[in-house]
Amino acid sequence: MSDDGRGTIAATLRGRLGGFGLDVALLAPASGVTALVGPSGCGKTTLLRCLCGLTRLAGRVSFRDEVWQEEGRFVAPHRRPVGYVFQEASLFPHLSVRGNLEYGLRRAPPATMVSFAQAVDLLGLAALLDRAPGTLSGGERQRVALARTLLAQPALLLLDEPVSALDAEGRAEVLDRLDGVIRSLDVPVIYVTHDVAEARRFASRIVAMRAGRIVGEAALAAAPSQEEARASVAAMPRDEVERLAAAALVAGLSRPPE
Amino acid sequence: MLDVVWLTARLATVTTVVLLVLGAPLAWWLSRRGSWLKEAVAALAAMPIVLPPTVLGFYLLLALGPSSPLMAPLHVFGVRTLAFTFTGLVIGSVIYSLPFAVQPLRAAFEAIGDRPLEAAATLRASPLDAALSVELPLARRGFLTAAILVFAHTVGEFGVVLMIGGAIPGQTEVMSIKIYEFVEASDYAGAHWLAGGMLIFAFVVVFVTLLVGRGLDPFRR
Repeated sequence: MSDDGRGTIAATLRGRLGGFGLDVALLAPASGVTALVGPSGCGKTTLLRCLCGLTRLAGRVSFRDEVWQEEGRFVAPHRRPVGYVFQEASLFPHLSVRGNLEYGLRRAPPATMVSFAQAVDLLGLAALLDRAPGTLSGGERQRVALARTLLAQPALLLLDEPVSALDAEGRAEVLDRLDGVIRSLDVPVIYVTHDVAEARRFASRIVAMRAGRIVGEAALAAAPSQEEARASVAAMPRDEVERLAAAALVAGLSRPPE
Repeated sequence: MLDVVWLTARLATVTTVVLLVLGAPLAWWLSRRGSWLKEAVAALAAMPIVLPPTVLGFYLLLALGPSSPLMAPLHVFGVRTLAFTFTGLVIGSVIYSLPFAVQPLRAAFEAIGDRPLEAAATLRASPLDAALSVELPLARRGFLTAAILVFAHTVGEFGVVLMIGGAIPGQTEVMSIKIYEFVEASDYAGAHWLAGGMLIFAFVVVFVTLLVGRGLDPFRR
């Protein structure tokens, strides 16, 4: 993996959780969007939870030059500059939309990435500020959750299947807003999904998982011409070609037309 | 008669405040997943429900009496015994009503689950911050139920307060005991005033508790 000078997210984790063993070594650039794809139950969410410290397995986790976990060291989740959006919005039901947004903002370091007004604007929440979470649609709730997370000014944004619990309408609405967020904010994202189309829409890099292991990785650059692609494949060692092919298959990419 | 009502109200209020403060952390700890040890503590805390009040009163009398080793440290301060004192009554009432605080609070904390706390943690709230800003407000119905039950249960207790308090007028003589004394002295009019009042009080308490339980919060706006 090429380092673009903005550091990396690295995690080597091992352990049993529920029915399967997780054994991964993740290395991703601390920039752009890395999609983590794979069938449900393959350990994507567990890996994500380990990155933010909500789940603890044996191993090492680092972000840029900070070590969040290693032998004899475990930084508590509230001390890691990560934002996490859960599959269900998980808003605080006793607070209004505004109260939910301010919850993150109040505990964040002085705003550096996004202001209250900017977050409200990016996620289209102006009309919802005084509503109670219980009165919102699924898509609206997830937009609030996203804004709330951004306002905590995370240095790393973790999205755990943020639209998979929504109906088609809510999904489209949230994905459109998410597109705007990713374009306008410079925050590295790890995006967990089992939907490859979703991953391809945002990701600059795809990591495929299966049964607790990483089975393939690929960078999604601007598509090269066929000649360029052939030339670069010809220059690769055979195992690299096989690894890429496996990642492409897992990611649902089919053979290009001749 | 008013001093008896006042004493009873004071005892119930102090007991309620003490139990909410002590019961909340205990109930919170019990609501987290844990070992059989946790259930053993839970069983211990629930024992006053099944024990005859006289058993509790008897052991409390021994524990708070002048020859109890528990009281030895207090001898230094000139306190020889807490039996037959208001403080002794409060201690007895707190232990007797403990389950009525712990059960609803534990249920409330369990209903909240882990997710709101996880969300708070990823929004940089420390565990204590999250407990105060998220769990406490979300568990408010549990606190209301616990407060009502403890207050009412303390007003209604008889055996424990008789054993540990000894019915000293103005100090440890509460309503339930006063009714007994009225009847003993064949003063049925006096007994009616207190007993009738407690009937109405009991209905109001149970009614409000049911409303709270069904989510019809009567103390809201």
